[in-house]
Amino acid sequence: MTTTSWASRPLAGWGRYPIVEALCARPESQLQTLNAFNDRQGDAMLAHGFGRSYGDAALLSEGRVVLTRRLKKMLAFDEVSGVLQVEAGVTIGELIEVFLPRGWFVPVVPGTQFVSVGGAIGCNIHGKNHGHAGCFGDHVRAMEVLLASGEVVRCSRKQHDDLFWATIGGMGLTGIILNAEIQLQAVQSGAIDMESIRFNNLDEFFQISEESTGYFHTVSWIDCVKGGAQMGRGIFMRGRHASAQQAATLSEGPLERVVELVQRALDGRVFESNMLLNRATIRLFNEAYYHKHPAGEHHSVVGYQPFFFPLDAVENWNYVYGKRGFLQYQMVVPEREAVRDILKVISESKMASFLAVIKEFGDQDHGGLSFPCAGTTLALDFPNFGEPLLKMMDRLDALVAEVGGRIYLGKDARLSAEMFRRMYPQWEAWREVRDRWDPQGVFQSDLSRRLGLTPA
Amino acid sequence: MTVLILGATSPIAQAVADVYAAAGCSVALAARDVEEARRAASDLTIRYGVEAQGFAFDACDAFEHHSALVSEVEEALGPVDVALVAFGFMGDQQASEEDFEKARRVIEVNYTGAVSVCEAVARAMESRGAGSIIGLSSVAGERGRASNYFYGSAKGALTLYLQGLRNRLASKNVHVMTVKLGFIDTPMTFELETGIPVASPQKAAKAIFNAQGRGVETFYYPRFWGGIMGVIKSIPEKMFKRLSL
Ligand SMILES: Cc1cc2nc3c(=O)[nH]c(=O)nc-3n(C[C@H](O)[C@H](O)[C@H](O)COP(=O)(O)OP(=O)(O)OC[C@H]3O[C@@H](n4cnc5c(N)ncnc54)[C@H](O)[C@@H]3O)c2cc1C
Ligand SMILES: NC(=O)c1ccc[n+]([C@@H]2O[C@H](COP(=O)([O-])OP(=O)(O)OC[C@H]3O[C@@H](n4cnc5c(N)ncnc54)[C@H](OP(=O)(O)O)[C@@H]3O)[C@@H](O)[C@H]2O)c1
Repeated sequence: MTTTSWASRPLAGWGRYPIVEALCARPESQLQTLNAFNDRQGDAMLAHGFGRSYGDAALLSEGRVVLTRRLKKMLAFDEVSGVLQVEAGVTIGELIEVFLPRGWFVPVVPGTQFVSVGGAIGCNIHGKNHGHAGCFGDHVRAMEVLLASGEVVRCSRKQHDDLFWATIGGMGLTGIILNAEIQLQAVQSGAIDMESIRFNNLDEFFQISEESTGYFHTVSWIDCVKGGAQMGRGIFMRGRHASAQQAATLSEGPLERVVELVQRALDGRVFESNMLLNRATIRLFNEAYYHKHPAGEHHSVVGYQPFFFPLDAVENWNYVYGKRGFLQYQMVVPEREAVRDILKVISESKMASFLAVIKEFGDQDHGGLSFPCAGTTLALDFPNFGEPLLKMMDRLDALVAEVGGRIYLGKDARLSAEMFRRMYPQWEAWREVRDRWDPQGVFQSDLSRRLGLTPA
Repeated sequence: MTVLILGATSPIAQAVADVYAAAGCSVALAARDVEEARRAASDLTIRYGVEAQGFAFDACDAFEHHSALVSEVEEALGPVDVALVAFGFMGDQQASEEDFEKARRVIEVNYTGAVSVCEAVARAMESRGAGSIIGLSSVAGERGRASNYFYGSAKGALTLYLQGLRNRLASKNVHVMTVKLGFIDTPMTFELETGIPVASPQKAAKAIFNAQGRGVETFYYPRFWGGIMGVIKSIPEKMFKRLSL
């Protein structure tokens, strides 16, 4: 007897490209998750968290998708060690909300708080503290995974360590993570003691980046429209968790409160339009953003939200790109010079990136399908300009692969299988482990089919 | 204050448990899936620092079991101040028409089971002269429809039962509240395709919590269902038959 409710739903990543129709179940409990697995009638399956990956990593057009957002129970917490066991659908935002008042923070956070723990592990996400803290997976102590065999297995660095390794950054392709044990980070406050520094070009960026290794968090916004001598200008931000005393100086003026209220009422869906973001408006935005920041260095104590999650202020901001959607191109290259070549291709392409972020990673490299490795990472958001954009991205792929770099699968919607193999030389080692735990390839995604990790 | 949630794996029930725990109440979570009820209890304890425990419960158990459950809960967490009867079972209308055992199941879970456990709770509250019972009924119980009349009639009977119980307990200082739910975003409505807005369990839970606090006796949630049902109930049977609703 099938006990699971299945419904066909349009499903997309954050870029809203592509959008597919997927047969979904939304379990409310562990038992319902197991039931959904058993009721899949031989179809392929995939876990989908909050769809904050950009492309098709969390999509499965022919098969069955398990929406994990209702699996959000906190199972155990040790007040002394800060080790927390939670179900995979709990969001990073919820963790902060519950544990920050008790002096704990999430060890690695992405640029939005609306991601699930399962998604954070599936993409082995990195944050502004990669150089000091590594990736999210480095703070996971153990997981329970629902496997292709239908069994639930606990894995850790000591127990089924191959499964543990392949699941971290495994893009949902080893099974459904039911829950995970995470080591939280002790903090005095949620506030961030930060400095921002305007830089005029790429060389200045690298210089400041070198001087900033002592800062726990670093990230920079970069203007990708500007070419010439000012190519690679931007604003460098670096910070540390503030002390309790510093945090006390953090006061919210009436103006901030009004801004916050307006933002809360704003919804990106109101602005859904293919016209809004074009080369002219993007150039204007980048100009304004750069000049808004006074030249030189600026010091402040800010709340964790504006520091880590500035984009969360406007709900559904991804709709601003219109129905065509948008694509993010995030890559890492081990050599600095390659960044210059890439920026040149972009600024000459006349295809503008609205938001661009640059950062130097630390040395931690998880391997497998996990993205971060030593080098410089650049993340660029492009309105879906269609064929010309896809062509340019292919060119970028070639540049990136040439120097031994790679692109982030969690942001990808279009990489070729061939390029993927060049960029992720460990893919075979990863597949070997996956084949041990899922020989039939039960767990699939549109991304895994495109990249040849599962049969198309 | 202690809250007893019956059918704790329902998302509406979980959301209600959340709201009461956030207000500092101890929570007893009773469900068929006792493992999940225990996980839910850990969740409330971690999030809100309240006492919470999972208990095994089946609506189709005998009255003695229901009565024993109430005693067990009261021993563990103190007298039950608020009880939420949240479990329910939609069943499959067509399958129920073909196999009466299936229809019986729908009736027994939604009506007999609910009445049995309400009686058990009512006795405890009546003897103390305090307490509040919340029953989750449905707009489906307002008019018999071809598409779901086993479920609908059981919910309709539950509404009447709660009304009677309210009158019986009025002099005993025990409050009985009937919630007539419209569409809430749970497994029951997951497959449903409708133009009518579906409310989140969290919003429903807040409305239930507030209404219970104010001593409301009957209400629709979402509110606009009051209007919809007003219209639906006023359609003459002759016409209604042709609408195939
Ligand atoms: C504004 C914004 C900023 C971002 N900033 C960063 C950043 O700074 N660093 C970074 O690394 N990423 C960043 N991301 C990407 C995002 O953090 C990741 O894509 C993350 O995986 C999204 O989590 P999710 O819950 O939405 O997962 P989904 O997008 O739903 O899924 C992502 C992958 O995880 C798998 N998965 C999800 N749940 C499970 C589970 N329970 N079991 C097994 N597999 C599962 C899916 O199958 C899929 O392959 C950002 C995204 C946005 C929208
Ligand atoms: N969702 C709506 O739109 C809607 C509308 C009107 C009324 N309601 C009512 O709201 C209540 C909550 O439902 P829901 O929407 O949250 O749906 P749901 O997820 O299907 O919840 C139903 C709950 O009832 C439990 N249950 C079923 N049979 C049981 C039994 N024999 N013994 C004990 N528990 C049993 C289920 O437990 P298991 O997990 O063990 O199966 C589950 O927890 C129900 O009474 C429902 O009739 C809902």
